[in-house]
Amino acid sequence: MPKTFFIQGAIPPERISDFVAKHQSKKNIGAHSIFLGQVRTDEVDGKTVSAIDYTAYEEMANKKLDEIREAAFSKYDLICAHIFHSIGKVRSGELCFFVFVSSAHRKAGREACSFLVDEIKEKVPIFGKEIFEDETHQWKVNQ
Amino acid sequence: MTLTIKYFGLIAEKAGTKEEIINLEAEEYDLEALKERCISKYELSDIKKSIQIAVNQSLGTSGPLKHGDEVAFLPPFAGG
Repeated sequence: MPKTFFIQGAIPPERISDFVAKHQSKKNIGAHSIFLGQVRTDEVDGKTVSAIDYTAYEEMANKKLDEIREAAFSKYDLICAHIFHSIGKVRSGELCFFVFVSSAHRKAGREACSFLVDEIKEKVPIFGKEIFEDETHQWKVNQ
Repeated sequence: MTLTIKYFGLIAEKAGTKEEIINLEAEEYDLEALKERCISKYELSDIKKSIQIAVNQSLGTSGPLKHGDEVAFLPPFAGG
């Protein structure tokens, strides 16, 4: 069974420190690289984004995320890699994406973290409805 | 043959449905023909160019659709 990467709603900031704490017993780790995606309060035609409601084709997304994670392990010398993405509503200023990569040395982790983020944005079927303060919406498209 | 069709994001919103099951007389059905059929049914021609289609959760597949296939209409990805 593929691992589940999605979590309902915003990612609590405490989860990041929990992850750091959990990895302190792994003595071969020398570096963690972390990417955090936060919902931006964009302004579009005078309207302000207040939240993004994320949906996904979860079965396909879980498979793709597994493949991308495996690709990162083949390409870089990593000890572990964890990926979480929100599903459902995340308010602006809250966290929606968390990539945590641990390696013996900084370069591999840094490059792998960047690879994971780029690949996930490009290849994983996640969709975002940007909700404005007046309750109208538009669909987000990655740059 | 029976096909499960899934719609996501903007496409689901425009179509007014997230999933439908269709029954066809044929034993095989062309993917392009199915795409055109759904685009016309739900008036999606204005966003046609941005739609990607996954068959059984894989993009870029070709060849005829078969009984039990799952076809997903996907708008641009927006993760992160």
